[in-house]
Amino acid sequence: MDFGPYLFLAFLEGTVTAAVLALTAVGLSLVFGVMRIVNVAHGEFFMLGAVFAWWCTSLISGYPALGFLAALIVAPLLVGAIAMVSERLILKRLNYNPEGTIVATIALLYIIQQLALIGYGPDARPVEAPITFRIVFPWFGYAGYKLVVVAAAAALLLATWFVLTRTRLGLLMRATQYDRETALAFAIPVDRVYAIVFAVGAMLAAVAAVLIVPIQQAHYLMGNDPLLLSFIVVIIGGLGSIKGTVVAAIVIGMSDGIISVFMTPTLAKIIATLLVAMVLVWRPQGLFGQTAR
Amino acid sequence: MSVRATAARRNLHRIIVSHGGVIALLFAAQFVIGAYYHLSLTRVMVLATFAVGYNILFGYTGLLSLGHALFFGAGLYGAGIAATQFGVGASGAFVVGIAAGLLLAFALGLIILRTAGVAFMIVTMMFAQAGYLLVLYFGTYTRGDEGFVLKGALREAHLFGFSLNLADPVTRYNLALFLLAACVVGCIALVRSPVGRVLVAIRENEERSRMLGYNTFRYKLFALTLSGTICATAGAAYALLFAYVGATFASIEYSILPLLWVLLGGIGTVLGPVVGTLLMFYLVDVASSYTSAYMLVVGIVLLILIVWAPGGLLGTLRERKIGWLP
Amino acid sequence: MSLLATRGLTRFFGGLRAVGDVDFDLPAGQIRAIIGPNGAGKTTFVSLVCGRIAPSEGRILFEDRDITSLPPYRRVAMGIAYTFQITSIFGNLTVYENVALAVQNALQRDHDAFFRIDAREMDRRCEEALDRVGLPDRADTKAATLPYGHQRLLEVAMGLALSPKLLILDEPTQGLSDHEIEGFCTLIRAIAEQATILLIEHNMDVVMELAERITVFNNGTILSEGSPAEIRADVQVQKAYLGG
Repeated sequence: MDFGPYLFLAFLEGTVTAAVLALTAVGLSLVFGVMRIVNVAHGEFFMLGAVFAWWCTSLISGYPALGFLAALIVAPLLVGAIAMVSERLILKRLNYNPEGTIVATIALLYIIQQLALIGYGPDARPVEAPITFRIVFPWFGYAGYKLVVVAAAAALLLATWFVLTRTRLGLLMRATQYDRETALAFAIPVDRVYAIVFAVGAMLAAVAAVLIVPIQQAHYLMGNDPLLLSFIVVIIGGLGSIKGTVVAAIVIGMSDGIISVFMTPTLAKIIATLLVAMVLVWRPQGLFGQTAR
Repeated sequence: MSVRATAARRNLHRIIVSHGGVIALLFAAQFVIGAYYHLSLTRVMVLATFAVGYNILFGYTGLLSLGHALFFGAGLYGAGIAATQFGVGASGAFVVGIAAGLLLAFALGLIILRTAGVAFMIVTMMFAQAGYLLVLYFGTYTRGDEGFVLKGALREAHLFGFSLNLADPVTRYNLALFLLAACVVGCIALVRSPVGRVLVAIRENEERSRMLGYNTFRYKLFALTLSGTICATAGAAYALLFAYVGATFASIEYSILPLLWVLLGGIGTVLGPVVGTLLMFYLVDVASSYTSAYMLVVGIVLLILIVWAPGGLLGTLRERKIGWLP
Repeated sequence: MSLLATRGLTRFFGGLRAVGDVDFDLPAGQIRAIIGPNGAGKTTFVSLVCGRIAPSEGRILFEDRDITSLPPYRRVAMGIAYTFQITSIFGNLTVYENVALAVQNALQRDHDAFFRIDAREMDRRCEEALDRVGLPDRADTKAATLPYGHQRLLEVAMGLALSPKLLILDEPTQGLSDHEIEGFCTLIRAIAEQATILLIEHNMDVVMELAERITVFNNGTILSEGSPAEIRADVQVQKAYLGG
């Protein structure tokens, strides 16, 4: 294949990566922004979404599209419920102490991951795509489903943005994010807002996983990479800024495909982790973020 | 003699008796236990040294690192690679491992101590992850996940004309015990020294310590360097005593484990990390004979500790009963 | 000669000018009070002097040496001690340990001791500091369990134990009972025999009783300066306080 078509393919793949990454990272960013906590278990909510999706589609076998649609609704709801329960039982008890919650979510990471290993097993299992048509370009054919993923992710991101900016719930979230004490003084149910935000953050990761699982297969360790990438995106995009997160997700998702042309994934990861560390040391507000209030 | 001096003397006696007692108990244990526990206890003592080192930074200085696998790994690979690639011999490799950790901790400290709290946790985690990936990336030398073993002449350490057979269980056990004892004694000395007092002050209230005239950055750098050096010493000892060097020991799991050991045994106590490592090691040991998902135990214990018992075993004991425990 | 002087000292927080273009002189041996309405920049000003925050512009001179860019620990070593407005003691440590941390710093300054320290000298100085503020029998109490007034006194003891040339006290009598305030005034006068005192204070009775001179801050600048009698008669000051 020539370089042109190759680049086009990398572009397409990059768009898919970016779309899914944006969804996952926005979930993490939302939780950090509103609750000021770092959720290390975020990748496990992603993994759970994929595992539940496999479970749904295998229950409704024979109708891939139907099973997938069911997964698209059931998996995020289940994950959201799990997240909400852990928020009530654990994070609330820790009073959202930033350092304590990191350790607690690390514990949660191990618990969810190992329970998945017990319940689901160590194998990677595929999920059939709901649609199978291929788009034929002059140089190569491309799975139409991947473009559906991009469209769905974009729609979900728009919906999130709409909720945040145009609804009462969004207003409550933003008020809580801006100043918790004042929000409490204005009788905003901060407690409930936190529970909802944590659940919604996990659901965004779960839905991203449902979308990607027909391409990637479900596996109990699949949460590690999305966690790392979301971290990178959220930190570079400016902690807690949704807009910055989406922009960073697109930049990093797109470059992921292109970078892999030039270096091994391991080297790319090394550079990315070091970059994140350096950003946190020298520009804690993120590369594109504004200075803190 | 003043009341205070008398009390201080009495406390020192208690500390010597209790901590010396634990070390004597560990020494005596080798004559009682069977071969399996003999080996695993040797392992526990090296890992407990790792935990004691971690505790200096976390427990006494209040800096929660999520990346100490980096220092353990530096000692492990520093010693392992020096021994296999550069033929420096076991004793030389040990020194190289320690030096690697010391230099790494000092250099990294200059950078990462600009951050605090959550940022410090993430930054340490990221650097450790980068270190782990570097081990994988340079697979030609490190043999990645698979790791490499130390063989032949490397199982023999020459020191001051003495020759120690590192493959011999009894030698191994007592070397590990000596290392742990030295670190425990060093830790007691540190905690009771003026430096230790300032480290605790930084943990309790850094801003106040700064305004009391302390260059807190320098103290934190000292704590990090010392902590990293001890962890690297444990890593180097691990490589040389058990003759195996693998990437697992540099992975995130080995950053979380010392945190868990310290939390379990008692944060900011000298013996806490030892007790925590011992209990957790055998808990995981038992769990892994039932299921491959033995890390579940790690998650559950960690969660229970952070939510319900942040003081850990000895920390809670000190709070309730024995206030003199260092 | 001024012990402490500032020239054009300015500090912005975002767009807000908390302290603006302050020229301030404090001769050695004086008890000086800084008064002013809330948000006048008093705490920001002393925070600049002790190095808790860095100035945006201007210079700070201590014993004629420019200390503008020195970190706090160097300033403490030169003899500037600061006690916090919001009580900031080591709550989990004993009263003795709290003072010992200050004494240790003073001792390390005298003899360069990083790892060893003269225990007897340490005990002596700690006891002395606690004696002076009237807390000698509380040495082994956990600091957080002290009543509030005693915590304020512990703050002062820690400042004292640094053996400073300049002791900055930020609202030391806030929350003290009348009886405690009386004892506090006696204490300050005793301290003033060895150290210069810069005092931020809201309680005008305390100010009038203690201060030899008073500096009035308003909107981040010095509104007026003079003896207690002069300040009492100053129309501008009354306006600032009464919301003119």
